[in-house]
Amino acid sequence: MDKTHILSILVENESGVLTRVAGLFSARGFNIDSISVAKTLEKNESKIIITTSGDSYILEQITKQLNRLINVIKVQELTDEDSVVRQTVLVKVNADETTRADVFRIKDIFNGRIIDVSKNSYTLEVTGSEKKIESLIDVLKPMGIKDIVKAGTIAMPRSKKSS
Amino acid sequence: MKTETKRNEVQQAAGQRQSTSYAKKELMTGSRIIIESLIREGVDTIFGYPGGAVLNIYDELLNYKDKIRHILVRHEQGAAHAADGYSRASGKIGVALVTSGPGATNTITGIATAFMDSIPMVILTGQVPTNLIGNDAFQEADTVGITRPCTKHNYLVKDIKDLAKTIKEAFYIASTGRPGPVLIDIPKDITSSVTEFEYPADVELKGYNPTYFGHHVQISRMVNEILKAQRPLFYIGGGVILSNAGTELKEVAELLDIPVTSTLMGLGGFPSEHPLFFGMLGMHGTYPANMAISNADFIIAVGARFDDRVTGKVEEFGRDARFAHIDIDPSSIGKNVKIDIPVVGDVKSVLNSMLEMLNGKNKEIESGRYERLKWLEEINAWKYEHPLSYKMTDVIKPQFVIEKIYELTGGDAIICTEVGQSQMWTAQFYKFKNPRTLLTSGGLGTMGYGFPAAIGAQVARPDKTVFDIAGDGSIQMNIQELGTAVQFNLPVKIAIINNNFLGMIRQWQELFYDKRYSFSEMNVNPDFVKLAEAYGAVGLRATKPEEVEGVIKKALSVKKPVIMDFVVAREESVYPMVAPGAPITGMLLV
Ligand SMILES: Cc1ncc(C[n+]2csc(CCOP(=O)(O)OP(=O)(O)O)c2C)c(N)n1
Repeated sequence: MDKTHILSILVENESGVLTRVAGLFSARGFNIDSISVAKTLEKNESKIIITTSGDSYILEQITKQLNRLINVIKVQELTDEDSVVRQTVLVKVNADETTRADVFRIKDIFNGRIIDVSKNSYTLEVTGSEKKIESLIDVLKPMGIKDIVKAGTIAMPRSKKSS
Repeated sequence: MKTETKRNEVQQAAGQRQSTSYAKKELMTGSRIIIESLIREGVDTIFGYPGGAVLNIYDELLNYKDKIRHILVRHEQGAAHAADGYSRASGKIGVALVTSGPGATNTITGIATAFMDSIPMVILTGQVPTNLIGNDAFQEADTVGITRPCTKHNYLVKDIKDLAKTIKEAFYIASTGRPGPVLIDIPKDITSSVTEFEYPADVELKGYNPTYFGHHVQISRMVNEILKAQRPLFYIGGGVILSNAGTELKEVAELLDIPVTSTLMGLGGFPSEHPLFFGMLGMHGTYPANMAISNADFIIAVGARFDDRVTGKVEEFGRDARFAHIDIDPSSIGKNVKIDIPVVGDVKSVLNSMLEMLNGKNKEIESGRYERLKWLEEINAWKYEHPLSYKMTDVIKPQFVIEKIYELTGGDAIICTEVGQSQMWTAQFYKFKNPRTLLTSGGLGTMGYGFPAAIGAQVARPDKTVFDIAGDGSIQMNIQELGTAVQFNLPVKIAIINNNFLGMIRQWQELFYDKRYSFSEMNVNPDFVKLAEAYGAVGLRATKPEEVEGVIKKALSVKKPVIMDFVVAREESVYPMVAPGAPITGMLLV
C-alpha cells in the first residue's frame, strides 16, 4: 500500500550533492512530494528531508539506492509516531472590514502570526503538522486565498522518553 | 622554568617534523601531480586522445614515457572501452584520458558500459579553465552533469589543492565495494598552476564504507538450508569474477555436488567443461540451465542481479525455490526477486566463510548427497534431451566457427565480443575455462565494445591470444581502432561472423514481426579483407566450412592484427530462445 514516508538524509556538503539525490529519485522513477535542505551545525554536512510515497518495497529501494551514493552519510526514515514533523505556510488572504476579525480569530486558533498587512489582505504565517496546515487552508479558502507558499516538511526524531 | 624548556622541546620536535615533511613536499604543476599520483596508484598504461584542455597533461606525459605507456586510440569511445577491457582482463583499474567537450561526450557509451557491468575504471577529462566554466566556452560541456547517472562517482576539481586527494579517492572508490567507473573533470588552469605535492596515504569518506564480510548468522542460515535442500542450485554472475572467487566457488560446488548455471557475465567463473556446469541461463540459456532454475528448491545467487534477460517472467523464475543471494551491493538484493536469505558481502569472503562452516559438517554433507546426486541426474537428463545443437550444411554455420575457435585456442584465449547473435553463440559454444577470459557488454549491450576492449585486453595481457568475435554490424561501430592495433603492434584477432544482417534484429523480426525485415539488412559492407590490408593488418576470408580451420590457424600464426571474414549462413537464429517477458521454461528450441 502506498504511504507517505519522511526520509532524513545526512549528506556531505559537496557541490552537486542535491542533484545526485534528486537525480536518483527521477532516474529510478521515485517521486519527491517535498524537499527541504539546509546545513547542519557540523562543518561540511547538510541534511535533506524528503517526503515521498510508495509501498515498503519502494521505500527499501529508495533507501538502498541513496546509501549507494558516496556523499550520503546516513539515511533514516522518520515516522509520525516517533518524530516531530512540521510544515510552515505563508498565506495571503482577503481581509476587508467584514472578514478581518475572522482572519484574526483563525490566526489565534492556529497559533499563527500576521506578518504583512495591506488595505485588503493579511499574510499569515503558520507552522504545524500537515493536518493542521490542511485544516487552516480549508478554513481560509471561503474568504479567498490570494497566494500561498509552503515550505518543505522538516522533521526530527523525538527524544527517547526515559522510563 | 621547567615547563618552559619542555615547551621548547615540543616546539623543536614539531618544527623538525614539519621541516622533514616539508622536504618531502615538492612544488609541482597540476599536470605533474596527476601523473605522479597515477604512478602511485600503480598505473603504467593510459588509453587516451589529446585536445586543448589536456595539452598540459600531454606535454608532461612525454617526460614520463618510460613509466607510463600511452595508447593513442582513434576515437574516445575506443579509449573508454579499451580501459574497460584492460581492467576486465587484468583485474587492475583501467585509465582513460580525454579532452573536454566532445572528447568527454565521446566516452559516455564506454563509461555507461563499464557502469552497468561494475568495471573499475578512472576517466580523466579535461575541462575549460575554471573562470570560463558556465560560460558556454569553446569545447565546454557539463561533463560532471552528463556523467553523474553513469558513474559510480565523479568529481570536478576546482582547487589544485584537492587534486591529489581527489585522485586518491577516485581510485579507491572505483575498485572497492561494488566496483565502477569514476570520472575526474580537471579544468585546464588546474593543470598549469602549482602547489606542493603530497600524495595522501589514506582516504576518509564518511558516507562510503562497503561491507566485505558477510553476516555470520545469515551465512550459517544459508549453509544449513543448502544442506537440507534436495535440489540446490548455484546461479552465478559477474560478481564471482570481479571478486576473484572462482576457486572458492568450485570448492563449495564440488564439496556438495551442487550444479552451477551462470549468467553471461559469470561465464568463466566456473569451468564450462566441469560435470557440475550446465551453461548459461536466461533468454538464450541452455535447456538444462533453465529447467534447473525452474525445478530447484533452493537457489543460491552469487554476485548476480536477476536481470530481466536472465529471469524472463520474474514471477515464474525459480518458482519452486527459496532464494539466498550473496552480493556486495545491498541494493541488488531483493530488487527484482524476493530473497529469503540476503547475504551482503564480498563473494570470495562469503564463500570462504561457507567453506569454514562446512568443515566439520561431514555427516550432514553426506546425508544429503544421495538426493543431490539424484537431482544432478535429472539435470543431466535435460541436457541430453536438448543439447545445444545446429545443423551443418555446405555454408558456414556461425556456431561452427565459434566451436573451431574454441578448439584451436584450447579454450585459453581471451574472447571479447560485440553484441547480437555472435555474442550469444560465443556464450553458448565457447567453453570458458577461466575467469577474465570472456569480455562482453552484458548490462548495456553495447555494439562496438568488443574490438576496443580486445585492444585493452591485449595491452594488459601481451602473453595471451585475444579475439574479438563480431557481427558485421557491430565491428563497424569502432572499426577505426584498427589503426590503434596496428600502430601499437597489438595482434588482436577479429573474427567477423558476417551474415550481412543486423542478425539479432533480423531474428526478432522473423519471430515477432512476421519476417518484416525493416532496415536490418546490411546491403553494403566493406570488403573486410581489403579494409584490413588498407590499415596494414592482415585480412583473411572463409566462405566454405572446410576453409574455417585453415583461416583460424593462419590468423593464430601471424603476429599482427588480423580480420577473419567468415561468410556465414544469412538467416541462422540463436536457440534456445525465450520470448521477452515469457517464463524461462517457455523455450523455443532448434
Ligand atoms: C550501440 C547499439 N545500437 C543498437 C543496438 C541494438 N542491437 C542489438 S543486436 C543488434 C544487431 C547486431 O548485428 P551484428 O553486429 O551484425 O551481429 P549479429 O547479430 O548479426 O551477430 C542491434 C542493432 C545495440 N545493442 N547497440
